[in-house]
Parts: sequence; C-alpha cells; structure tokens
Amino acid sequence: MTYLAITDLQKHYDSYHALRGINLSITEGEFVVFVGPSGCGKSTLLRTIAGLESSTGGSIELDGRDITEVASSKRDLAMVFQSYALYPHMTVADNLSFALRLAKVSDAEIKEKVRSVSASLQLDALLERKPKELSGGQRQRVAIGRAIVRQPKVFLFDEPLSNLDAALRVQMRLELARLHKKLGTTMIYVTHDQVEAMTLADRVVILNAGQIEQVGTPLELYRQPNSRFVAEFIGTPKMNLIAANKIVRHEDNLAIELLGQQILFPAKRLKGPLPDSVVVGIRPEHMTLVEEGGDLSGRIELVEHLGSEAYAHLQLSSDQTIIIKAPARTELKDGQEVSLKIDISEIILFNENDRVISVIPEEA
Amino acid sequence: MTLNQQRKLKTILTGLFAWSVALVLFFPIFWMFITSFKTELQAISVPPSLFFEPTLDNFRIVQERSDYIHHAWNSVVTSFGSTIIALVIAIPAAYSMAFFPGKRTKDILLWMLSTKMLPAVGVLVPIYILCRDYGLLDSKTALVIIFTLMNLPIIVWMLFSYFKDLPKEILEAARMDGATPWDEVVKVVLPLSVGAISSTALLSIVLCWNEAFWSLNLTASDAAPLTAMIASYSSPEGLFWAKLSAASTLACAPIVIFGWFCQKQLVQGLTFGAVK
Ligand SMILES: Nc1ncnc2c1ncn2[C@@H]1O[C@H](COP(=O)(O)OP(=O)(O)OP(=O)(O)O)[C@@H](O)[C@H]1O
Ligand SMILES: [Mg+2]
Repeated sequence: MTYLAITDLQKHYDSYHALRGINLSITEGEFVVFVGPSGCGKSTLLRTIAGLESSTGGSIELDGRDITEVASSKRDLAMVFQSYALYPHMTVADNLSFALRLAKVSDAEIKEKVRSVSASLQLDALLERKPKELSGGQRQRVAIGRAIVRQPKVFLFDEPLSNLDAALRVQMRLELARLHKKLGTTMIYVTHDQVEAMTLADRVVILNAGQIEQVGTPLELYRQPNSRFVAEFIGTPKMNLIAANKIVRHEDNLAIELLGQQILFPAKRLKGPLPDSVVVGIRPEHMTLVEEGGDLSGRIELVEHLGSEAYAHLQLSSDQTIIIKAPARTELKDGQEVSLKIDISEIILFNENDRVISVIPEEA
Repeated sequence: MTLNQQRKLKTILTGLFAWSVALVLFFPIFWMFITSFKTELQAISVPPSLFFEPTLDNFRIVQERSDYIHHAWNSVVTSFGSTIIALVIAIPAAYSMAFFPGKRTKDILLWMLSTKMLPAVGVLVPIYILCRDYGLLDSKTALVIIFTLMNLPIIVWMLFSYFKDLPKEILEAARMDGATPWDEVVKVVLPLSVGAISSTALLSIVLCWNEAFWSLNLTASDAAPLTAMIASYSSPEGLFWAKLSAASTLACAPIVIFGWFCQKQLVQGLTFGAVK
C-alpha cells in the first residue's frame, strides 16, 4: 500500500524549472534511494518532501494525509544533513533530545530514549560533549541518533556519508542498512555514489534534469535499463557502447555488423520494428578473451590492476575504445593484440533516441 | 642578522608602533582626566604643569552646580531603554531578512542605512515641532524614541550580517525537529548569537551615551543626560577647563567601567558563538 505518494510535483526557482512533474509512490518500510548526476534535482526533491522548499505544483501525501502545504515542523519527518547540522551550542545529549523536548515528552521518557539511542550508536561516552569536540564519524552518528530518537514516519538523508573517509563510509553504510532492518521505518536517501545506492536500496530512483528517468530495484536497473542514460549511469566501469549501422534479419536472428564483424542477436528479443541503426551496449564483465574466433579484436592500450580484478582498455578502431574485465592475475600486456567473445544474452540495444529496444532473454 | 633576530626586531617595531598609536588616541582622555584634578589657573597655565597638588574641588563644584546622579540616571535610562527596544525590533527583522530574503531585502537594507546619511540637523525642526506638539520636550520618552530610531539601522545591519553567516541547515534541522519559528529564534538563533547581540548592544549603548545633538536640542533639565550636563560647562560666562574636564570625566567614567566589565563577556560570547 502506498505510504508516501508524490503526484506531478513541480518546483520552479524563479525561471529555472528544477522538478518537472515527479510521480512516485513509496510503500511503508521501503528504502528508496535517489541518484542522478549533480544538479539533477535530488536534493531539491528531498527538501520539497521535507517541506524546506515549497513546491510550485503537484501534491505530496503521507500516510493518507495531504502534506503539500504543511510546515516542515508538522510533517513528522526526520532529516539527516550532509553537513550534519548539529546544534553547536548544545551537548550531544541535548542535541539528541531537542525534538523530544519540543514535543513536551516527559523527562523520564526522554532520558530512557536518549539512553537507548546513544547505546545503539555507541554515543554513551560522548553525551556531555559539544559537537565541536567530536570527530566527523561521531558527529554523523549524533545526527543519525537525533533523527531516530523521534521515531518519525519517514527518514530523509541527503548525502549523509559524503564527508566521511572511504573506510568509515563503508562502515556507516552497513550501520544504516542494519538500522533500516531493525527499525523498519521508511527511508529516503540521496546519494551520487552508486555503490551506496545499489547496496542500500530496495528501490532506486534515477533522476535526470528534474525528471524521473527510471525506478526499479538495483538489479532491474542494472539488467533492464530503459534508456542509455540509465545504462551508462549504473555500473562501474561504464557500459561500453558501439554504434552499428548495418542490420539485416537473418531467419530468427538479426545480423548486426560491429566494426566489420558480425554478431547474431535473437530477433525475438527485439521490441518494435527493425531499426536502421542501433547502439550496442555491452558491460565490461560480459566479454571474455579468446584465442581465436572472437566477435571483436583490438589492441590493449592499458591494463588497470585493482587487486581483486583487472580492467583492460582496448582500442578496437581508431575512434573506438572499450573496457573489459579481466581476471586479477591477467598476463595481458600493453600493446598486445587480443580477440574477444561477447556474451550475446547480456547485450542491450538502443535506438537513435537512446531508448532501449531489446528485452532480456528469459532465464534458461 | 639571523632570522631570529630579524623576527625579534619586527616584533619590537610593530609593538612600538601599536603603542604610539594607542598613546596618541588615549592622550586626550588622559589629559582630560589630569586636568579635572587641577585648579582653573593650573588648567590654563602655559607651559602646562604635569606635577601639581591634585584637588577634588572641581568634582565637588560640579556635583553642587548640577545634580550628577540625576543626569547619569537619565543617560542610563535613555541608552539602555532605547537599546533594548531597538533589539526587540531588530532581532526579528534581521532574522527574517537573513533567513527568508525576498527580492527587495538588499534594497531595504540599503535604504535603512541611507537614513544615516541624512544629517540629523536636517530633520531637527520637524522633530522638534512633533515633540512640542505631543508634549515630549525635555522628556526621556522623546530621547528613547529618537535613540531607538537612530541606532536601529546599524543594529539591524550588524545582526543581519551575523545571522547571514549562521549555517542555514542548523535552522532547517530545528524545523525538521518540530521547532516553530519562535522556538527557532529563542532556542537556536539567540543562543548562537549571544556574542554578536551583546557586542551590538554595547555599541548601541555607547552611541546613545555619547549622543549630544538630540540631547542638547530636545532636553533642558528634567531629561538632560550627561552629555547635556557637560555642555552646560562651556557656557557664555566663559570656559572653565578644569570643571569641564571634571564633568566630562564623570560622564564617561560609567560607560568606560561598563565596557571594561563587558569585555570579558564579549570575548567569551564571541568565541562561544563559533559555529561548526
Ligand atoms: N535556491 C536555488 N535557486 C536557484 N536554483 C537552485 C536553487 N537550489 C537549487 N537550484 C538548482 O536546481 C537544480 C537542482 O539542484 P539540487 O541541489 O537539487 O541538485 P542535486 O541533484 O542535489 O545535485 P548535487 O548532487 O550536486 O547535490 C540545480 O541545477 C541547481 O542549480
Ligand atoms: Mg544535493
């Protein structure tokens, strides 16, 4: 059942149209992540849900109540900010209890709640400190504690981990996932880090220029993108894209000419009419090096060793390079000529409007 | 010269420079203070005498001729009263302009400042007539109103520039925590601005304390503050340097002492306000 319903939401900043008709429904307990390139409107959407920005059209409904015009303080949402935004003049304990004190909760209950939250976030020893006496990770935990102590209807996070170093970020990511499991409260999370998006989300919302590009589970977005934008946005390294101009139907297959060589693509996986030209999308992990009889061949430009795996940059022609994933202890050398086999079942076709025109094969 | 010596020399030179500037600035006050303990004859003697037998006569005469406590009380009431009223108006004004700026906020701020560009004497006649018609001549009420209006632009500006630098997200966090605008101001903005508000208040008090133009023109005796009392010693009967100095010393003593005491609070307040 829909818990938070956003209908045709619009936001204009003077002449700039930042949100262009957002429609989204979120069920109770879901972990939804907004991702997208910088400036696409993720923060604006989150802040409009929070009521910190007013919308210029559309509506927001939470738990059956229209909150479009309700003040932030009355929406019963909690927010964790990128800059933590702790109250500098209050101790950690006072930061945690601020909302409860405003809500006139009894002293005994406040004490109990602060105690249990600070215990679960390992803040017990820091309760009497001021924010400026805390490390970044500790501040982050206080900010999260301040949000959960209230038991709000929805948690809103705006890039909460982006100010932490890499190791701490991984640790906090896990803690957040654990927290969501434990509390079961609806969470909306903004990030530009796709690892965070893929690992935390039940559903990912991909935004582009103020519009929703696609909504789906992390795996759906990875395997069945709707558009070239989503296909390129999800996955590191990026999906390889190769333009193909000659396509002919060949019984049950489409013969697609890729840089002079032919690949056969099952015709039943094509949506709609046969196009004149397509862009073929292949992820780096869906190609393997072969001795002979490959679909593509090229010369190795550079090999990047990441320890657990390696990525080879391949020059296919004068103006086409691709990246392939190779085993960790690959013997590939720069300048070497290699041949590649493509996993046809994993390739995706795009039309000239960058929409996907292929469907994934049914699992065998 | 080694680097260390150079550094030492630099410290000494800057120290010397700072001290000379400080002495030049302080000298007139020092001279006034000294003169207030001289007889009228010593006060005008050339060359001025540095060593003399100090006398308290001037202070006694000043207290006899004009009721010091009466004038000091007027100064306290007008400067503190107008500062408090101005703060009550300026804090919400600066808050709304800093956190909810509109299209015309910058213009309003500039317009407020521009009122300070008008010479006070330009509005003397209308204000004098207004005070006369409302029976406010020689009343503390008139001075409080005038002082409030006079300092309001500066107070709003100072608070505005401080509030503007407070991280907006802290207020947004409070809003998300369920704070009403009133809670936001009282529980977040004010505690974070103790230093800024007290230094602004001190400035306003000092400006009111030393205000002479309106005090002289709108009061006679009942509401006359200390500045008006000093002025009465440079009268048509002639200048009495020693008595004038004694009156001036008495007039600035309270505010100097007050400022001295506030110094600690101010420094504390300012560092306490350090956000982040
Ligand atoms: N107060 C504002 N006035 C005018 N334009 C704004 C304002 N705030 C945001 N914008 C514009 O709205 C667009 C969306 O901004 P938003 O902050 O939501 O981006 P974002 O997706 O969160 O980006 P990032 O990943 O960099 O945080 C941007 O193009 C930005 O320039
Ligand atoms: Mg953002």
